[in-house]
Amino acid sequence: MASTTTATTKWWSGGKSPFNVEYGKLMMWYFLMSDAFTFGAFLIAYGTTRFSTNGWPDPNEVFKSFPFAPEGVHAPLVFVSIMTFILIISSVTMVLAVHAGHNMDRKGVVRNLILTIIGGAAFLGCQAWEWTHLYHEGAWWGSNPFLNHDGSVAISTNFTNFFFTITGFHGFHVLSGVVINIIMLIMTLNGVFDRRGHYLMIEKAGLYWHFVDLVWVFVFTCFYLI
Amino acid sequence: MATEAVLQAHATHDVHGDHHHEHHHHETFITKYVFSQDHKMIAKQFLITGMVWAVLGGLMSVLFRFQLGYPDATYPWLEDLLGKWAEGGRITPAAYYALVTTHGTVLVFFVLTAGLSGTFANFLIPLQIGARDMASPFMNMLSYWFFLAASIVMLSSLFVETGPFSGGWTAYPPLSALGDASPGSKTGMDLWLISMALFVVSSLLGGLNYIATVLNMRTKGMSMTRMPLTIWALFFTAILGVLSFPVLFSGFILLIFDRNFGTSFYLSDIYLAGVEKALPNEGGSAILYQHLFWFLGHPEVYIILLPAMGMVSEILSVNSRKPIFGYMAMIGSLFAIAILAFLVWAHHMFVTGLNPFLGSIFVLLTLLIAVPSAIKVFNWLTTLWRGNIRFTPAMLFAIGFVSLFISGGLTGIWLGNSALDIHLHDTYFVIAHFHIVMGVASMFGMFAGIYHWYPKMYGRYLNNTMGYIHFWATLAGAYLIFWPMHYEGLAGMPRRYYDYSIWESFKQFAELNRFISTVAMIVFAVQLLFLFNFFYSIWKGRKVREQNPYNATTLEWTTPINPGHGNWVGEIPEVHRWAYDYGKDGKEFISQTTPIGADESSHH
Repeated sequence: MASTTTATTKWWSGGKSPFNVEYGKLMMWYFLMSDAFTFGAFLIAYGTTRFSTNGWPDPNEVFKSFPFAPEGVHAPLVFVSIMTFILIISSVTMVLAVHAGHNMDRKGVVRNLILTIIGGAAFLGCQAWEWTHLYHEGAWWGSNPFLNHDGSVAISTNFTNFFFTITGFHGFHVLSGVVINIIMLIMTLNGVFDRRGHYLMIEKAGLYWHFVDLVWVFVFTCFYLI
Repeated sequence: MATEAVLQAHATHDVHGDHHHEHHHHETFITKYVFSQDHKMIAKQFLITGMVWAVLGGLMSVLFRFQLGYPDATYPWLEDLLGKWAEGGRITPAAYYALVTTHGTVLVFFVLTAGLSGTFANFLIPLQIGARDMASPFMNMLSYWFFLAASIVMLSSLFVETGPFSGGWTAYPPLSALGDASPGSKTGMDLWLISMALFVVSSLLGGLNYIATVLNMRTKGMSMTRMPLTIWALFFTAILGVLSFPVLFSGFILLIFDRNFGTSFYLSDIYLAGVEKALPNEGGSAILYQHLFWFLGHPEVYIILLPAMGMVSEILSVNSRKPIFGYMAMIGSLFAIAILAFLVWAHHMFVTGLNPFLGSIFVLLTLLIAVPSAIKVFNWLTTLWRGNIRFTPAMLFAIGFVSLFISGGLTGIWLGNSALDIHLHDTYFVIAHFHIVMGVASMFGMFAGIYHWYPKMYGRYLNNTMGYIHFWATLAGAYLIFWPMHYEGLAGMPRRYYDYSIWESFKQFAELNRFISTVAMIVFAVQLLFLFNFFYSIWKGRKVREQNPYNATTLEWTTPINPGHGNWVGEIPEVHRWAYDYGKDGKEFISQTTPIGADESSHH
């Protein structure tokens, strides 16, 4: 860079990346913007539908169960809080993996990637349990067994319709993230990034993983808290 | 920083790449023409696939114009051609709606999106910014193959027993959500959705690539404000696509669940008369789909229009031998249009049950688009003003674009008013408006681009005489077809009807409808002349003998006449000035690669 630097570096004058990033990272950022619009459309559709529907189930009543707990236990939002915590911790380990990549520390990358994969898989496992549990309670696409806040019978099935569609779409993103991270792990173990001289791929996978995490915060808020 | 070192490593690698390139030409037929990763070949693949669809889509319009022009005549050959879709020699209502729907879908998405920006973004971005190829040639190839897969699925929907989807290109539920609603809502709709989902993937892969290439791969000296306006337009087009198609995708996913998994996102209180069944769905809203659809649908209009605007700006300047008037204003107005594109979608929904107060905000935002549009029109006209104009076929099509954009744009001011829309919505006035301003105008932009860059694509010229016939017949035909539709629309003639002859109020238009249909057939026949010219000239056209046949300033004319994969032999040229130095300091033109002289005047 020294040769082109006079007073200030002319980032936009061509011959170099204006953001000092290679194209893959740029594409990842734009892809994430695009994906944000996908989720945004889903959540806005959910919001408008819920706003125009009389009566909606109470999340504290719907999400009150816990695995292996006795029947009839009342633990509202405890399980989903654990799920959320797991996912956020997996983001922390992902950051550590990216950081280790910056330092060309292969062992650190491997260790933290494995932890991230475990976190992602644990989240998916939790989601699978929750879905199965709700299914056994009679909830599915096109079927909503839950009473409204005020105790009346729900006329529309859109609570479960949106819940399964949007958490399913998010779960699919987590699954893709786990697969990507497994591929990254294999490539790291094979020394691909050491030969390349950089761990940029881990950074890009990290961007995706943090994005999926961030989306969960919104999904969590919309379905469990509000 | 580690990344800087990495980027420098990339740069040195590229230098080696140049050297590496010259003796690396072991291309087989498969790698050169089929699974090509060369942006120029991928552009041609997009172009020719788009042309196939343009012929099919155009033929469909000719067929349904038959029905509209001659509603009570029967033609045995139609039955021979279409089988049960034209029983007794007359197109059936189901076939009519299938033809209208497929015509709209393929013209909007396959021809004017993939065929237009797929072709020219691929072809022009690397050549005009000075890059050897796209940022990711592999993703670029995938983008084409997803488009081809989408094409094949859409084509196959024409052959299923219940016919292709027939509920209009917008695919509004409940027609699109309920298989029992119409024959076309069954398998045809499933295939339509699969095809469109593949298309969204193709568009995303392409768009990400175009954005990354424009931002990252400009050659030395090619600052953003030295780029030709084509590149600016294609850049904004790609951003529009990347941000609006995902919303359509969400809408489609919800639609798929409504179709197949018993959900009620778009459905509520429906009684199906055909099968005498009341549906259990409650709480959904068909208007929700319309919002999601038009959040793509309106930017889509500009995805179609902006590439044409960019190419027209370039072609007008080259062939007027004058700098484009108001270069920065052109960029600013492109930017303004790109922003406004996302804020006006509900003007397609003024009468669907939208809150009228919300409608008035959308009226204001819609009419604001007139400002950047007018800036562009005046800049094109002032570019032509006192220019030393060369009336090549490309130039004629570019001027034709400006003419159509003005005529069609003015009626947009009518339709943008929610009060006028009460009368004008869903009439032939709307058909006239959007066909002129978006359909035909962008088609003209595409023709202008093909005629102008054909020598760069194939190393040969198109035949000019055929080009002139093609232009004048198409321009006259376009106005003769769509101008009268304004009168029909003002008289209240609704669109999408199968037969107008049974309404007393529209009997007066029988002759006019026949006239429009006749012109449509003639114009379609003239396009066959263009097709002949195109394919004949690939092999037999006059050879290009000079590197820069138009005396243009931009970088694509510094490549060899038949550039190989990698575009430039040796180093990529460095850029020293903007793309529009025509007639400066008494010089006819100055290439972008010429350094600024010591005594040169200071403008740019």
